[in-house]
Amino acid sequence: MSLNKTDIEKIAWLARLSIAGDDIPNYTRDLSNILDLVKQMNAIDTANVKPMAHPLEITARLREDKITESNQREHFQKIAPAVTNGYYLVPKVIE
Amino acid sequence: MHQKTLAELTQALHQKEISSVELTQLFLKRCESLNAKLNCFVTLTPEHALAQAKAADLQLQKGTVGPLTGLPIAHKDIFCTNGIKTSCGSKMLDNFIAPYDATVVERLTAAGMITVGKTNMDEFAMGSSNETSFYGVVKNPWDLNRVPGGSSGGSASAIAARLTPVATGTDTGGSIRQPASLCGITGLKPTYGRVSRYGMIAFASSLDQGGPMARTAEDTAMILNVMAGFDERDSTSASEPIEDYTAKLNDSIRGLKIGLPEEYFDERLDSTVSELVHTGVKELEKLGAKIKEIKLPNSNLSIPVYYVVAPAECSSNLARYDGVRFGYRCEDPKDLADLYCRSRGEGFGREVKRRIMIGTYVLSAGYYDAYYLKAQQIRRLIRDDFQKALTEVDVIIGPTAPGPAFKINELMNDPISMYLSDIYTVSVNLAGLPAISIPAGFMGNLPIGMQIIGNCFSESRLLNIAHRFQQVTDWHQHTPEGFN
Repeated sequence: MSLNKTDIEKIAWLARLSIAGDDIPNYTRDLSNILDLVKQMNAIDTANVKPMAHPLEITARLREDKITESNQREHFQKIAPAVTNGYYLVPKVIE
Repeated sequence: MHQKTLAELTQALHQKEISSVELTQLFLKRCESLNAKLNCFVTLTPEHALAQAKAADLQLQKGTVGPLTGLPIAHKDIFCTNGIKTSCGSKMLDNFIAPYDATVVERLTAAGMITVGKTNMDEFAMGSSNETSFYGVVKNPWDLNRVPGGSSGGSASAIAARLTPVATGTDTGGSIRQPASLCGITGLKPTYGRVSRYGMIAFASSLDQGGPMARTAEDTAMILNVMAGFDERDSTSASEPIEDYTAKLNDSIRGLKIGLPEEYFDERLDSTVSELVHTGVKELEKLGAKIKEIKLPNSNLSIPVYYVVAPAECSSNLARYDGVRFGYRCEDPKDLADLYCRSRGEGFGREVKRRIMIGTYVLSAGYYDAYYLKAQQIRRLIRDDFQKALTEVDVIIGPTAPGPAFKINELMNDPISMYLSDIYTVSVNLAGLPAISIPAGFMGNLPIGMQIIGNCFSESRLLNIAHRFQQVTDWHQHTPEGFN
């Protein structure tokens, strides 16, 4: 196993995912297996190879600096779990 | 009528053999009666469809219409549809009514097509069997105990069962081609950037590409004509000019140079699949094509590279699901961290969580160079292999999937074996190339697909080869028993 219980708990926290305690062994096993598969990459020497982030290697387009979208706050907030006066509601963050 | 292709249905509509409303009712009736068996739709949209069909009939009477006006289509539930639930196969978006249309949906609707429903899929397109869907597994119409493939399994199953003549799909690592192969239909993954990603729920942004699924290459070309093209709302949309993809379908393929990669036909490939693909290639030889053995030396690394790149991009893309602005929210969160963690923990299924965690890990401090950077370097080597091969040959042919449709639950507890069902498809996404899967025969009762890979923006050529193949073979015309 390349990962242990503590690693999984740390990764889950970084990803903001709650994982049930009795499920941690499953994730430990599955993620370790996937990382073992991925390790096949180490067999290849990539010393002078430029990383390729994108298949077409394009650069970001620029557009004219003018307004193209209108404010649709009410339309978009109709599907929100909790809103009040045009704001999204979350649990209290400041005492 | 449901056995007709899109090209034949156009004729029927224009010659007034049937109206769009009648045609829509006919397909809706099939969907409603057979979906219980197949589970290929998450949502059927009869009212919406009939309103669209009425409008199409008015246009048809006036006579100023395009070839797609009044014809039914189903959209993979990854494409946003204004006012209609767009679930992406996830509990996270079970309550999500999209507030706008994806460009693909907008264009097909503007061309007069009728949306009959939204098709089932692996959750957030992460899967090769449709078993990761929150809405349950889709059945393969060729054998109801088997998977349809994934992630566009609902679209593939619906087309094979004649519930819709065509459908949209998306392909990040094989998600159009592999289910097309397993369900015996035709599916095209276009060049990266050819079809707009606007309104297509993101999985891995440097790999995701929408595309058409149909029974024939001709129908595939007809809807690609509307789906393809530059979209300023997609920041990586390709600006290369589009073509009339139906124009060259009948061109001769005499002198076509086909490359067969030795790595695709090694001992890992089922021998019957190998035979069927070779038999398919012989048909193309009879039409004047020339065969050459080629090498793609780094292709065995495409699965490891993909399982770094795709999870890395997914962990970033899926960070937006936070229980705040839309989608699932947990009950009674005690603080903000609890709101995030439980909404995501409860809203995502197991495979999605696995991939988010792998992505988070490979991007985290201390591991980035060893995993993510390394994967991007090998991605270039894989792309370079294709580039080199495609200077020697016009197209590359191989299997689409290593075998036929597997049994439901067969691979569900073994993620690695599941990942290997995309072994012949993922490298194409890493390189950004177009590829088509077409039916090439049967193994027992189960269809097998053949994959044709081309250079960037060679969709027209791929469709031409597929069409010529379908004129001399009838594998694409077989109907699964019980769905005649």
